[in-house]
Amino acid sequence: MRGLIKVAAAAAAALTAPGEAWAFGRSRIWLPEGVSTIAPAVDHLFYLILWITGVAFVLVQVTLVWFLIRYRHRKGVPAGYTHGNNAAEIVWTIVPTIILVFIALRSQTVWSQMRGTPPPHDLEVEITAEQFAWNIRYAGPDGTLNTADDVTNINQLHLPAQKTVLIHLKSKDVIHSFFVPAFRFKQDAVPGVTGRLWINAVKPANLEIVCAELCGLGHYRMRGFLIVEPSAAFDAWMAAQITPPPAPTGQPS
Amino acid sequence: MSQPHRTPGFLRTYVFSDDHKTIGIQFLFTSLFMMLFGGLLAMLIRWQLGWPGHPLPWMEQIAPNGMPGGIMVPEYYNMLFTMHGSVMIFFAVIPALVGVFGNYLIPLKIGAGDMAFPKLNMISYWLVPPAIAIVCAGFFLEGGAAQAGWTSYAPLSTIMGPGQVCWIVGVIVLGSSSIMGAVNYITTIINLRATGMSWFRLPLSVWALFITAVMTLLATPVLAAALILLLMDTTLHTSFFLPAGLIIDGVLQPNSGGQVLLWQHIFWFYSHPAVYIMILPAMGIVSEILPVFARKPLFGYRSMVYAIMAIAMLGFIVWAHHMFASGMNPTLGTSFMASTIVIAVPSAIKTFNWLGTLWRGSIRLTTPMLHALAFVSMFVIGGLTGIFLASTPVDLYVHDTYFVVGHLHYVLFGGSLFGIFAGITFWFPKMFGRMMHEAMGKAHAVLTLIFFNGVMFPMFMLGIHGMPRRIYDYHQYAHLADVEALNRMMSVSAFCLGLTQLLFIANFFWSLFKGRAAGANPWQATTLEWATSSPPPHGNFATPPTVYHGPYEYSVPGASKDFLPQHEPAPSVPAH
Repeated sequence: MRGLIKVAAAAAAALTAPGEAWAFGRSRIWLPEGVSTIAPAVDHLFYLILWITGVAFVLVQVTLVWFLIRYRHRKGVPAGYTHGNNAAEIVWTIVPTIILVFIALRSQTVWSQMRGTPPPHDLEVEITAEQFAWNIRYAGPDGTLNTADDVTNINQLHLPAQKTVLIHLKSKDVIHSFFVPAFRFKQDAVPGVTGRLWINAVKPANLEIVCAELCGLGHYRMRGFLIVEPSAAFDAWMAAQITPPPAPTGQPS
Repeated sequence: MSQPHRTPGFLRTYVFSDDHKTIGIQFLFTSLFMMLFGGLLAMLIRWQLGWPGHPLPWMEQIAPNGMPGGIMVPEYYNMLFTMHGSVMIFFAVIPALVGVFGNYLIPLKIGAGDMAFPKLNMISYWLVPPAIAIVCAGFFLEGGAAQAGWTSYAPLSTIMGPGQVCWIVGVIVLGSSSIMGAVNYITTIINLRATGMSWFRLPLSVWALFITAVMTLLATPVLAAALILLLMDTTLHTSFFLPAGLIIDGVLQPNSGGQVLLWQHIFWFYSHPAVYIMILPAMGIVSEILPVFARKPLFGYRSMVYAIMAIAMLGFIVWAHHMFASGMNPTLGTSFMASTIVIAVPSAIKTFNWLGTLWRGSIRLTTPMLHALAFVSMFVIGGLTGIFLASTPVDLYVHDTYFVVGHLHYVLFGGSLFGIFAGITFWFPKMFGRMMHEAMGKAHAVLTLIFFNGVMFPMFMLGIHGMPRRIYDYHQYAHLADVEALNRMMSVSAFCLGLTQLLFIANFFWSLFKGRAAGANPWQATTLEWATSSPPPHGNFATPPTVYHGPYEYSVPGASKDFLPQHEPAPSVPAH
């Protein structure tokens, strides 16, 4: 029966592990390329925590397995008798505390950079989420949002590269979440509240806006397109929106 | 205490019993059945994620609206993950950990004849089946069961239809059951401890259940209040969580003055403690089992108790770490990151103390021990991945992705569920007087561990890759074009994980009737439940036991046997 268990366990491991390694290797599933100014700091923090937790993980699991082998039941070898060890307990209280405080301090630095006072912005955009679309609004020629000459668009967010953009995030109906993986950022669009976030995309890219908060049956298809283009190209696009070309193309205006 | 001998009828013995052991076993069968149901829902979720849009023709018979032609519709997918989460949390894990082990073990372990309030105890169980029936009734109503996620965030949850109303009412009923249970556990542990059972001679599982009960008593009424407000917003058009100017389906709503984030604050004020309600008893069970099969006292008993207390207290001030991405004031993010980081310390202490218990032990790899070790190993992964989520900037990226789904399954399956399996396989002989089949038990433990990791570990990768959770069809997104192969492997693992549970069911029922007789103390353990027969009689102990020392006196030097039961005075060495 023991043999049977071992065979079953080995078969199970053999079935799933290589299959997953194959699937994983084939699909390069890892952090997507970062495109915002804050992405490198977030990635750095991610790898820092990955290293620290990775070392802790290996240490604990190896110790566990080692103890299971080293201290397995053997006839005539009694277990030790101890209720604890204050010195050891103090060490393994203080060491994790120091490491965790270090992680918290490093996180706080990045957090205040991301979510503290926003830097001066070059452009303002208002994004209003609804079931199941992103309504984009730019100030028109008068430079003020929510006036008659605003430029509006649905599910297509154009942003200039290397400019700080202030986004006013709203929702009409339920909670949505504005998530751009390449920006390493998400924020919920909460009805009744206008959220403020800023983004500075470092280079041109074609990206996706993901709705990351369950918002109803069409949640899965609440996708937006995000086109980061060189400043000049963005200005040309914006100019075209303000003065529509002579022959209307049916583009949303 | 013990009642005069009488022979109650079938109904009073097996159905409307006020014996804590019967009630514990009723909770056991109920929670195992719901676990099976919740697991089947997960199988359907994994089908859709592994083979999006592929038909399962026979499912049309079961869910003609949800899977027309066998092809799942998005509403049905939303319903599946909502009900999977709700069933597993409210009807499987909480009733199993708190209902089963709280009821069965507390009086036995403290040397009492029964609970302080046996009738209240009976009511607390008999509220559970109606709660389940109400929540699941949604499946048969127009629009189906709840589909706003187990967190039921407003305003989505207020516009969903009758299934959501069922969910709210059912969870309120279940909450009432939890509150009654908590009052009972607290009163029992404070008042009915046997002579000599001082606080620091209590087994860790009793400590964990006691502190869990305190948390339940403090947190659950808050959830009940929040749910009643949500119910009013849903049915009476109040505006607790609904602001002015909502436009639903193109219609301007009449609400004004509500706060959407208020729901999240109140909900998580309950539900974060609820996470600890679902892990602390499992920690207690594991702390109980490791010494038995390492034949060694628990390492750092007092620091284990203080760690549970610290986790419970801190558990009340970390709730908004679920809301870093909600747009709340960033300063709040900082303070909740700080409290969340701090709560990792007592969790680390517990892990090291478990390792310390194994150190220089004489380790026997029985089925309960395998589950307990799996708990330690998997809880470490759950805990460490929590650090990513505690770090506010990293959380803004991985929040609401599969990273969170992986993390919560490592805590609630890798943690709570292995704790439950450890507990059931450990106390089965006490509950039913028969041993479980070891080989089947071990095969189940090992295969569960392997397939569990096969499903859950890749979730971290998917989350890091940016795959959002609760997505019916990830093919919508170009950046998720590569995840299908991995998802398919995860689904295969999930189906194997599901099939593996048949081994447990087979073992459970086979052992119930054919298992070899257990005797009073098959594991040679020290705590009081092993001092009475298996199963214990009505009233538990022939004579009330007296306690002479702490709960984990194994391998005491100079003693004739390698365990010293709590109710036996020490032969020569001074009591510790």
